[in-house]
Amino acid sequence: MAAYVVRRLLYGVGVVLGVLFLLFVLFFTVTEPDDIARKALGDKVPPAVIEQWKANHGYDRPLWPWQDWDDNLLFDHYRRMLTFDFGKSDADDSPILDRILDGIGPSLSLTVPLLLLSLLAAIPFSLLVAFFRETYIDRMGVFLCVLAMSVSMLLYIIGAQFLIGKVLRWYPISGFDPDPTMIWRFLALPLIVGVLGSIGGDVRFYRTVFLEESSRDFVRTARAKGASEARIMVRHVLRNAMIPILTQVVLSIPFLFTGSILLESFFGIPGLGSLTVDAIQGNDFSTLRTMVYIGSLLFIVGQIATDLSYGLVDPRVRFE
Amino acid sequence: MISLEPHVWSNLMVVALVGVGLGVVRAIRRQRLWREAAGALWRRRRVAIVIVALYVGVGLLDSIAWKGGVPEGVTGVLPNAPLTLIDRAFLDTREASYSAPFADREFYGGRPLRHPGSHWLGTDILGRDVVYMALKGARVALLIGGLTSLIAIPLALLFGVGAGYFGGRFDDVVFFLISTLASMPGLLLLIALIMVMGRSTFSVCIALGVTSWVGFCRLSRAETLKLRELDYVAAARALGVSEPRIVFRHILPNLAHLVVITFVLMFSGLVLSEAVLSWLGIGVDGSWGQMIDGARNELSRDPIIWWNIFAAGTALFGLILSVNAVGDAVRDVLDPRTLREDR
Amino acid sequence: MSALLEVDGLRTCFPSSAGALPVVDDVSFSLGRGETLALVGESGSGKSITALSLLRLVPKPGRVTAGAVRLDGRDLLPLSVGEIRRVRGRRIAMIFQEPMTCLNPVLRVGDQVIEAIRLHERVSVSEARERTRTLFVEVGIPDPEERLSAYPHQLSGGLKQRVMIAMALSTRPEMLIADEPTTALDVTVQAQILELLRKLQRERDTAILLITHDLGIVNELADRVAVMYAGRLVEVAPREALFSDPLHPYTQGLLRSIPGLARPGERLPEIPGVVPPPDQWPTGCRFATRCPKRFDPCADIQPEEIEPARERRVWCHEVERMLAIEGAR
Repeated sequence: MAAYVVRRLLYGVGVVLGVLFLLFVLFFTVTEPDDIARKALGDKVPPAVIEQWKANHGYDRPLWPWQDWDDNLLFDHYRRMLTFDFGKSDADDSPILDRILDGIGPSLSLTVPLLLLSLLAAIPFSLLVAFFRETYIDRMGVFLCVLAMSVSMLLYIIGAQFLIGKVLRWYPISGFDPDPTMIWRFLALPLIVGVLGSIGGDVRFYRTVFLEESSRDFVRTARAKGASEARIMVRHVLRNAMIPILTQVVLSIPFLFTGSILLESFFGIPGLGSLTVDAIQGNDFSTLRTMVYIGSLLFIVGQIATDLSYGLVDPRVRFE
Repeated sequence: MISLEPHVWSNLMVVALVGVGLGVVRAIRRQRLWREAAGALWRRRRVAIVIVALYVGVGLLDSIAWKGGVPEGVTGVLPNAPLTLIDRAFLDTREASYSAPFADREFYGGRPLRHPGSHWLGTDILGRDVVYMALKGARVALLIGGLTSLIAIPLALLFGVGAGYFGGRFDDVVFFLISTLASMPGLLLLIALIMVMGRSTFSVCIALGVTSWVGFCRLSRAETLKLRELDYVAAARALGVSEPRIVFRHILPNLAHLVVITFVLMFSGLVLSEAVLSWLGIGVDGSWGQMIDGARNELSRDPIIWWNIFAAGTALFGLILSVNAVGDAVRDVLDPRTLREDR
Repeated sequence: MSALLEVDGLRTCFPSSAGALPVVDDVSFSLGRGETLALVGESGSGKSITALSLLRLVPKPGRVTAGAVRLDGRDLLPLSVGEIRRVRGRRIAMIFQEPMTCLNPVLRVGDQVIEAIRLHERVSVSEARERTRTLFVEVGIPDPEERLSAYPHQLSGGLKQRVMIAMALSTRPEMLIADEPTTALDVTVQAQILELLRKLQRERDTAILLITHDLGIVNELADRVAVMYAGRLVEVAPREALFSDPLHPYTQGLLRSIPGLARPGERLPEIPGVVPPPDQWPTGCRFATRCPKRFDPCADIQPEEIEPARERRVWCHEVERMLAIEGAR
């Protein structure tokens, strides 16, 4: 088991290095530092200013190691990213790391409750639907899921903002206040919308998992022993279904940090998602680069955590 | 590369699509398995298939374009621009600004409309008929879903089957590539690609393709690994059948059902992603996502302007729901367990 | 002494595009206390579904559509769900073919046997655990104490099947249905499992309904044999009588094709043709298309049940005809 852990971690490190290389290619070769400068400063700016700007942002060195082994952008890129020295935003010169640290709190305050609520809503529903498989309850359930999944998240957001925020006026349309007594008022709407938007797909996925486990041989054995359908569902099916479900959950943990881009920007929550959207609209390549890196890093960590968590849940892996 | 004008490419594409469509129909009719699957699919999802066909029809109509033929007195149209069949149907319907469905006056200001009562879903801020814009969005959506899948799926097959079948170093490289790409959160990577490659339709399609091929690549690699170990493949190899022949005659046909399922399911995901991209400002021109984005703020006006969001939202929902419904049925019908029962 | 189990006219149908197909068609047999009845047939003959039908475990969309299954005189088919659950695992236990997949992979095997006990008896966990340990010793599982905490994947196929047998017999059922219990096991392990079943049956006086396609196993364990073909019974007889004097042409064909009974160097006789699928069953005797003794009535008329001797039943026009000739002499 220990050897497996080490191997997995090493592979993860390899993937991180690969991601960084891909980012470098994307952000430094496909788009030239000159273009980035022009986007930040405007087209009609004299070359000297561009050079100055590039020097300020560290873009003025040669790209590849073989051009200058001591001072090149590739090594610099790797060094800085791996040490979390993210530098300044291309758009407004603010320190990226600070903005990231500021944004984590609001992002988590939205995404953690969202994850819990989604689980709480989806699992009972899917258990119910799977329990009544092949009956009209099941068919209705699947139909509702497909219906819910086919509505674009944009429409959910707009609809909810309109209906609940404007017409019914139950909650504010957007905004954020970190004060614990006020915060739930601003989170209510994005949470409702977030759960609505994902519940269709979630229930369908969990239902498939439950149905697959229900058709396994050991369920037939349990039935032949005289166990009730309810007992079979909870004690046998659910326990086995936890493995793929847990995988999903652990995989989604990294996204708790990167925040929901849509929800945050629509509802004015100043988290990492908003930061990303601002970067897009401001042509802020360095911030965007950093966000993709952070996202990837967290995703890789999440995958490693998932693989390792198998050992806890699935006895087949634990006792190799 | 022959340089033809875009609308000529578009016309050629329509011809090619119709040709391919007929070819596919013929191929399906010749194989009993596919014929029965198609029949079962039709029985189960008649309405959804008809709806999708309608969308495809509108998209095709919007792809047939030619220059000239603009009658006198039509404003807002360049006389030498290529116009599609849909464009021509709505040629002279431009108003000055907002109007409500079936109204005869402008929404704000009350000035009389040039075509009172004839705008079924009103007009937008620039006076364009909303039904017209919704119809034009069909072609964009189909392009996004279809073209991107056409890029992503063959790419995924190439790498996936290659890696699964030949193994060794190639497999290691492909697997590493997949792991790296899959480790980058889809939306973020998508955004990064578009920012970097520019905001044309083509680069959006490429970006969507690059972020979507990984899933199917993993799947086809896994399936190929399984298929490679099957007895009849070993038998073919023992008989001295050449490797490419084995891949094409034994491995690929067994992945065909997965291709169909993946294509249909990918389609709706891609169109929905583009809607999000449009909202972020980096989507494709003329898409429903763009319509929604543009009309987003309309709902907060007073009195409310709801018709363009309604049109775009309904059009989007209609296509996605129908494709999802068909996709579900396709998956059930093409389930290998069902297919194998006949053997 | 009345039979423990009486199956009367059992019919189980599966829906298809050609209507409801009776995969088990008018099957009747009885099983006495402590007796072993082997239900023999090729794959697709309906023997497994017959076994599942007894406990109402037929997988959807199939259902039992006619007949009666009387356990000690009481028909099981119309019972409520709660009542049939009290029969399952308690009075009639069942073990299946694939020990690999029949145990829950995330639960310890000891716990699964304990579950079987506690579903039907009010005992404490520690008492059930003790009983399980004893059972493990009885079924020949080495290191029983350790094995209680083992997970299924840590056990070999043979051990898993022993666990299944322990689980099935933990509640002292009067009857055990064994659906191809050794098919998925190695030959050496097969012999051990068969020996185990024989021993346990002697000690506990359990009746066994043994489903199998292997005539060798039938010879080892069975008291009586019922032969099925394409959903119907074709012959029922005591073991010795069946092997020494098979009456139905199908049974004769089966016995002739056993490699062990053939002469070396000679071509092994086979029954020509294949079993017709359910949607292609002929209206008369289902074996008619392949029967070497086929004559006029066979293709169109279903043969009736005849009792040519005590404890023997056959469904065959040719046998009927031969009996009539002999009777006339």
